[in-house]
Amino acid sequence: MSPHTDTPVSHTAEREAVIRNAGLAPDEDWVIVTRNIQRDYDMGGEVVHALRGVDLAIRRNEYVAIMGPSGSGKSTLMNLIGCLDTPTAGEYWLNGMLVSDMSDDELARVRNREIGFVFQTFNLLPRATALHNVELPLVYAGVPSQERKRRATQALERVQLGDRATHRPNELSGGQRQRVAIARALVNEPAILLADEPTGNLDSGTSAEIMRVFESLATEGQTVIMVTHEADIAAHAKRIVVLRDGRISSDERRDTFAQRVALAQAAH
Amino acid sequence: MSGVTPSRSASPSRKRLTDVPFLEAIRLALSQIRAQKLKSFFTLLGVTIGVMFLIAVVAVINGMGRYMEEEFAGKLMGVNTFTLRHRPYFEMHTTDEEWRSFARRPRIYLHDVEPVVKALPPDIMWAVESRDQIPVSTKDMRPRDVEAFAVDGSFFEIRNLNVASGRLIAPHEFASGAKVVVIGQDVKKRFFPTTSALGRELRIGGVPYRIIGVMEEQGSVFGLSVDKFVVGPMNSPLARLLNRRFGVIDGIILKSSSMQGMRDGMERVRQVMRGRHKLRPAQPDNFSIETTESALTFWAKIENILVMAGIVLPALGLVVGAIVIMNIMLVAVAQRTREIGIRKSLGARRRDILSQFLVEAATLSTIGAAFGILLGIGLAALVAQISPMPASVAPWSVVTAVILGAGVGIISGMYPAARAARLDPIVALRQE
Repeated sequence: MSPHTDTPVSHTAEREAVIRNAGLAPDEDWVIVTRNIQRDYDMGGEVVHALRGVDLAIRRNEYVAIMGPSGSGKSTLMNLIGCLDTPTAGEYWLNGMLVSDMSDDELARVRNREIGFVFQTFNLLPRATALHNVELPLVYAGVPSQERKRRATQALERVQLGDRATHRPNELSGGQRQRVAIARALVNEPAILLADEPTGNLDSGTSAEIMRVFESLATEGQTVIMVTHEADIAAHAKRIVVLRDGRISSDERRDTFAQRVALAQAAH
Repeated sequence: MSGVTPSRSASPSRKRLTDVPFLEAIRLALSQIRAQKLKSFFTLLGVTIGVMFLIAVVAVINGMGRYMEEEFAGKLMGVNTFTLRHRPYFEMHTTDEEWRSFARRPRIYLHDVEPVVKALPPDIMWAVESRDQIPVSTKDMRPRDVEAFAVDGSFFEIRNLNVASGRLIAPHEFASGAKVVVIGQDVKKRFFPTTSALGRELRIGGVPYRIIGVMEEQGSVFGLSVDKFVVGPMNSPLARLLNRRFGVIDGIILKSSSMQGMRDGMERVRQVMRGRHKLRPAQPDNFSIETTESALTFWAKIENILVMAGIVLPALGLVVGAIVIMNIMLVAVAQRTREIGIRKSLGARRRDILSQFLVEAATLSTIGAAFGILLGIGLAALVAQISPMPASVAPWSVVTAVILGAGVGIISGMYPAARAARLDPIVALRQE
């Protein structure tokens, strides 16, 4: 599945320059490129540097986990990647667009079109049916009602919940709720699926079920970025980025990461 | 690096002019209201009551106005009829100053009648009248206050009064001042409930009068009977009970066969009376000439006062309603902060959130207005049932109510909706 091949890329030359300067392979399809992004918070006169300059590049179809202890800046990074926030400094290119200096409404549009969120607490609307929850991003995209229903039903079927369309969240199990959330994240065919501790509120059996869903989506070609502090969850991803004190401390393939973790544990 | 326009707008149907469709927003609002019925009920109360009063008060005013035009003016004054009096009969807000000037005015006398009538074309009918509330009695019944008229000329024709039994006062009785009266239905029923009143005696100011006719039933105006009257000749002793000074009368009633005849007649009477009162051109009239229009003008003044009341009461209700709605919407925004965060994370822009809450507030108060319209129509029907006022609902008041309802919602929803729209999605999502 590659839904974004028709994407008209703005700032092509500028972006190519950024990619060249970052030493990235110009012939690869970089869906995310950040250049030295920083995020400072003003906590009552005291400036907190949550991100101190992060360079991260993610290819289309990659399955990446972002790890780090609390306070490492991974939530801040997730908010920036998810376009819920803008960096204090640095550039963020998402799917060919420079999103780091966009206005609120432009960011809302990017969230609507390019990003599918999956949250730890599912964040479904409690009074809406599964179908209506999945329809929501299409509502804000201005898709007419009939097409909305059709696409939302398809998305629910993709996560094996076609028969639960009329159920409300409180009539669904935790795993089912998270699958509804995944269907909602996928319904607009986003450039990236951004999951924030997607298994944090689930038991281990259900967690495995959700990880299988991500696995198969990644296999189908969906770019998946997962933020977690659990190593065994992160180990499902093909590539693992570890943050520490607002900077990337390691960025490696799963097998090297596993080796290192195993070594560290052995040393204990 | 400015002016970035993220565009994946491959197809023009993706153009986001129409935000969240309007119907979608209303549907959302309705489900929100359904979810919290009791709270919504109290939210709506202020608007409902305000609109109810608006509809009902306007209905009563409307009904009274129509009644004035159709019934009252015709019954009490007659068509193409005007009256010469020394001071206006239909007058409100008379200041002390005006009152004193009215009291100083010369009265109208019987000897004014001939010159006035002579100045008018022969097709004009005339009558003179004096009237007052005075007690009448019979030998064996206690006195009762009735409206007593001392008249002359074509009084019965102009007033369109016909006998139910007996006869009217004959010309020779008018001329001689015979002690005869015709009585209204109420007087007949009061003093002669079971027997015929014809030929019987009625005492007015201690003087016995013979009843020669009983008039047809007139009905009522504003619930007050207009059948409680007696009419006798102007030349009879009755006149002295109504106006103590000899020769003084309340007024001269003149009826033309056409509107134009009435207009011309009024001007001629004015000139005659100015001459008789020896007024110089600069001096204002010191007498009054009134038509049914004067009665309606009088009504219009009352109506204005009622309309003011009809505006203040509903306005209070709506202001209270607006404050309640604003409060409820602020609570709703606080309670649904997380929902707002979710919607924003899924791509809702500020204006989507803003319009969601505005539409919700407007829907809420429009529903309140709808209930108010129904209750107001019911209240108007009730007033029409239990009182003589013929309330009739004005279509414009219903339209106004709907517009007011939506308007109150939008105005009171503005601030809460703006607050919701400004929320930072990250902060909103973090809320439990």
